[in-house]
Amino acid sequence: MSLASALRTRDLAELPGRRDEDWRWTDLRGLIRALPPESPPVAQAAENPVLAGLDGARVLYISGRLIEGDPVRMSALGEGTAIRRFVSASEGTAHHLDAPVEVEAGGSLTLIDSFEGQAGGYLASASGAIRLGEGASVERIVILDEPEDAVSVARFDVALSPGARFSQTVLASGAKRQRIETHLHHPGAGASVRLDGAYLLGGGRHSDQTTVVVHTGAGGETAQLCKGVVADRARAVFQGRILVEAGADGTDARMGHHGLILSDRAEIDAKPELLIHADDVACAHGNTVGALDAEAIFYARSRGLPEAAAKALLTLAFVGEVTARIAHDGARAMAEAWVEARLGGLL
Amino acid sequence: MLSIQNLHVSIGGKPIIKGLSLDLPRGEVHAVMGPNGAGKSTLSYTLAGREGYEVTAGSATLDGEDLLALPADQRAAKGLFLSFQYPLEIPGVPALTFVRTALNAQRKAQGLDEIGAPEFLKRVRAAAAELKMDFDMLRRGLNVGFSGGEKKRMEILQAVMLSPSLLILDEADSGLDIDALRIVSEGVNAMRSADRSMLVITHYQRLLDHIKPDRVHVLAAGRIVASGGPELALELEREGYDKYGVKEAA
Repeated sequence: MSLASALRTRDLAELPGRRDEDWRWTDLRGLIRALPPESPPVAQAAENPVLAGLDGARVLYISGRLIEGDPVRMSALGEGTAIRRFVSASEGTAHHLDAPVEVEAGGSLTLIDSFEGQAGGYLASASGAIRLGEGASVERIVILDEPEDAVSVARFDVALSPGARFSQTVLASGAKRQRIETHLHHPGAGASVRLDGAYLLGGGRHSDQTTVVVHTGAGGETAQLCKGVVADRARAVFQGRILVEAGADGTDARMGHHGLILSDRAEIDAKPELLIHADDVACAHGNTVGALDAEAIFYARSRGLPEAAAKALLTLAFVGEVTARIAHDGARAMAEAWVEARLGGLL
Repeated sequence: MLSIQNLHVSIGGKPIIKGLSLDLPRGEVHAVMGPNGAGKSTLSYTLAGREGYEVTAGSATLDGEDLLALPADQRAAKGLFLSFQYPLEIPGVPALTFVRTALNAQRKAQGLDEIGAPEFLKRVRAAAAELKMDFDMLRRGLNVGFSGGEKKRMEILQAVMLSPSLLILDEADSGLDIDALRIVSEGVNAMRSADRSMLVITHYQRLLDHIKPDRVHVLAAGRIVASGGPELALELEREGYDKYGVKEAA
């Protein structure tokens, strides 16, 4: 049951809805009353200035089709950056895309994934396996920058080999419905994972970051930090599940989700879950949702910052904790600039 | 320059300041001393423009301008600086960024150009050296992980950078050991000038051994009940606040 299978079978009954526990805050069935026609081929997309400062292999997908470059594959011990654009180009149409990534043993990849809409009202579905060989490392930054009337759902399945490292930062600005799922198979065995996210939502936008991490072997590490801001009538969803299976002893898993609500009509729904079936683990989660600290606002204003500037500074600092964890200098600068620009539109 | 007339302030409907009058001429340093609960912090927060402090009567003007009509940030741009008793920690905002943002916000409000990074760094380095602060600390989140003494020095550093015409020190000595007290006091004394006034709000006389006031006012139960020269502080230290009809809180 997914948007992908509904598009494939043209059957609305395949859409997940609020009666499905994992989709109750991101109802597609109640939203989509008819499936739009399949997206037509489009050969060109305007440049995205957000990505202009980054060097790397370019891969362009438009409306579900590979237009430029090759599916990302990093050879053993290779090192590099790939920049993938997932552009939805046709108004009121639908498409699905599968975009796999393979990084062989010892390879190192910085992966920038940009989801963009150059038309409105589309249904976009994406999936992709991301496989990391032994000792491979991937740092992935995902930017979800789509129109307010789009529906966009993506699911990525990440599989790590022993000693591999996977770091991810999802930056979301929401859509009519927007969801990104990351399912991660964690073998333990010295592999480590950072799974971060930030959301910056205004207007009537919705964004859902759902992650499922399954620790299957001993000695694995997962660190997760998701922070975000909702304004106007926006709604953010964070669902984080970490499952530590029997035998995954010595697992170290930490999850944090912290949200700021800037308006009475905005909403954040969060469901952090730790399910532990192993011994001798260090697992913790923290979840807070609230408003900006009035004392901190007064302190900044007492030093001369006007109210809007004080709030902007504090909000940027709040979300900045997520982007500060990006290791790649160019990607971090891009992420910080994007967050600052997006926040500017919310405050 | 600072003139407070018959000021009444309530918090949550409860009167705290009850008819306070005080004139602080340009270039002078006045101490306001009082026991716990007298209204000292209420006075400083009210002057700085904190929300929730309801002025029910009276006035406060700075150079003839109605302070109470202005939001906190505009009071700062007019030259008012409150050094907090408990400075806030702001994670994620490096101290340098915070001070530069504040300085440029004030300059903008004053119709001046922003200060450039090289000039700013030069000034802030000099100020940090005067206050014997480790410059690298200023790259960290504002006050995050700072000791009590470091936070108070950070307040004075901000005051030096923002160069206010009215400096209000709210319990500047609380939480300081002798060395930190000396450094903070030296920083404040270095700021004394003919065109800057200071209001030193304190419970204890010991701060006034380091920062010598021109006048001392006794604040009790929401009003000024006595004013005098520096000798008044010594008398309070000897005799306590009993004669002003208040019992010292234990």
